[in-house]
Amino acid sequence: MAEVEETLKRIQSQKGVQGIIVVNSEGIPIKSTVDNSTTVQYAGLMHSFIMKARSTVRDIDPQNDLTFLRIRSKKNEIMIAPGKSPSASGFQASC
Amino acid sequence: MEIVYVYVKKRSEFGRQCNFSDRPAETNVDIQPDPSQATNFIERDPIDAAIQCASDMSEHEVNTERFEMENEGVNHLEGGWPKDVNPLEMEQTIRFRKKVEKDENYVNTIIQLGSLMEHCIKQNNAINIYEEYFDEEETADVADEPPSAKTINVFRDPNVIKRTATHLSWHPDGSKKLAVAYSSLEFQRSSKDMSYESYIWDLENPNRPDLVLRPSSPLVSLEYNPKDSHILVGGCYNGQIAYWDTRKGGQPVELSTVEFSHRDPVYGMIWLQSKTGTDCFSASTDGQVLWWDIRKLTEPTETLVMDISRKGVLENALGAIALEFEPTMPTKFMVGTEQGVVITCNRKAKTPAEKIVGTYSGHHGPIYALARNPFFPKNFLTVGDWTARIWSEDSKESSIMWTKYHMAYLTDGCWSTIRPAVFFTTKMDGTLDVWDFLFKQNNPSLSVKVCDEPLFSLRLQDNGRFIGCGSKLGTVTLLEVSSGLCTLQRNEKNLATAMFERETKREKILEARHREMRLKERTKAEGKEEDVKVETEEEKPEEQLARVQKEFFEIIEAEIRRKERAAKLSRAQEKEVTDENEDEDLYKEE
Repeated sequence: MAEVEETLKRIQSQKGVQGIIVVNSEGIPIKSTVDNSTTVQYAGLMHSFIMKARSTVRDIDPQNDLTFLRIRSKKNEIMIAPGKSPSASGFQASC
Repeated sequence: MEIVYVYVKKRSEFGRQCNFSDRPAETNVDIQPDPSQATNFIERDPIDAAIQCASDMSEHEVNTERFEMENEGVNHLEGGWPKDVNPLEMEQTIRFRKKVEKDENYVNTIIQLGSLMEHCIKQNNAINIYEEYFDEEETADVADEPPSAKTINVFRDPNVIKRTATHLSWHPDGSKKLAVAYSSLEFQRSSKDMSYESYIWDLENPNRPDLVLRPSSPLVSLEYNPKDSHILVGGCYNGQIAYWDTRKGGQPVELSTVEFSHRDPVYGMIWLQSKTGTDCFSASTDGQVLWWDIRKLTEPTETLVMDISRKGVLENALGAIALEFEPTMPTKFMVGTEQGVVITCNRKAKTPAEKIVGTYSGHHGPIYALARNPFFPKNFLTVGDWTARIWSEDSKESSIMWTKYHMAYLTDGCWSTIRPAVFFTTKMDGTLDVWDFLFKQNNPSLSVKVCDEPLFSLRLQDNGRFIGCGSKLGTVTLLEVSSGLCTLQRNEKNLATAMFERETKREKILEARHREMRLKERTKAEGKEEDVKVETEEEKPEEQLARVQKEFFEIIEAEIRRKERAAKLSRAQEKEVTDENEDEDLYKEE
């Protein structure tokens, strides 16, 4: 528990970091350093994006997996570290 | 084994008509299998056979019909919460969160991801890999690509009965919107079903106009207020002036009274520079130029009658079509008329007679466009009949430069806002010409066929890159010109200045000479009346012959003399050379 706090604090203290959001596999934000509305917005938007990116990588090479995702924009960069594959996804047989 | 089938037909039966009949099948030959033949063949094992297991595919083409799209926003609140947790209740959410945090899996994952995240953040902080690397090197000489123009978008008149797009005006900031005035300019051609509406289009959405303006009579000209981008003023077909505020919707905020307005369609409408930003002036073919203050459209603040004899008589007045006003010279303005004359006027003159300063005539037909060069305000462009002409304010007799006579009537023109020697013109055959006078003066640098119907109006966006052209059927085409035509070349300003000065000087010299000749003729005409009739001797034929003979012999003798002189000269030169040689020999001997 304390290690979690320590890790998050370490990340937050890095130069240029504006905020951290921890989201579980269902898309529910668990921990956040920014206000609720921003958290909800990011969580909702990122969830589908991560799904898409992950499925793309795995479609190209099933042995591969998504390790990190960076979205660089004019004003800032969103960095996403996805956890293990969510329990919700299944393997779809193509027809 | 030979198989033969024989049939017989009598000669007398040849040529008879065919009589077809049906009969059951007959076996002609029956060949039984012969196992002894198998010994001639060897069985082969294994065999390579290629097969393909692929699904059958077929190709279909489908084209959807155009459908209307509308953009709408969706508000997403919060989701994903399990059924027992109410997302609005703070306690339940906190409890849920705490439960998740206690999970061991969670802790491990976070630590692992945390280190990964830290690594990337440090990477970012260490070096910015997306920085501008080659900033210092400017783009090398722009490749001499041929000039080109590309159609970006097309806005069509949504009504069934198409009207001409007579005037275009870009939105003052950002130029994301385009206001187009639609009306039918042909005399008495407008049917009663023709709609009076004019539209403001948003460049992103060519399917539906952004705003619909509903005047009481079709709009012939329409202009955005450069100071306040919500205000537009428009001149109607029946001579009234109306102004709109886009925040208030499609109905005009105010309309001028019929008695004091123009009596003919208002072809020209320009905003003036004033402290209040509400002054504008309008011109129409009834011969008047009226000044208005938007706040009080009941009557014009000032009037001027376009009468060149400076008497202010309306009957003699010339119909005004094009207006020109340069904000840097607020007291002067120019009017282009139906009769092909450009009139310069001074607004601040004391008497109406002095208001008209000068005239320039040179066109055979109505002047449809009048524009000052934004870089050289002394030179202006007029477009009318079959040519486009460039004038200098100093030379009043004729234009300093002009294009050749085209096959089709020219309808509109304007200068480029970036390059001083480039201007655009539109023609009745639907082509847009781009002229670069520094490069080529006989032909346009680029001629683009925009559409099949005549083009009536043209407007360049302030950045000089996009042009909107309006056609007879109400189609407004948005074109983008290639970068060569809208980036300032080096030395262009100097070259253009030199060219204009040179042409102006030439015109001045020509004018001076004309004046001298006229003066001479006038004095000669006066002089001749005083002299007695001068007799002119007529040469008799014999005298002519004698004279000719004499001249002939004179020429021959002159030739002979010349040849002798040349021969003497060459002989003298030879002697010199031999003398030199002798000297040399003598020298050598010594």
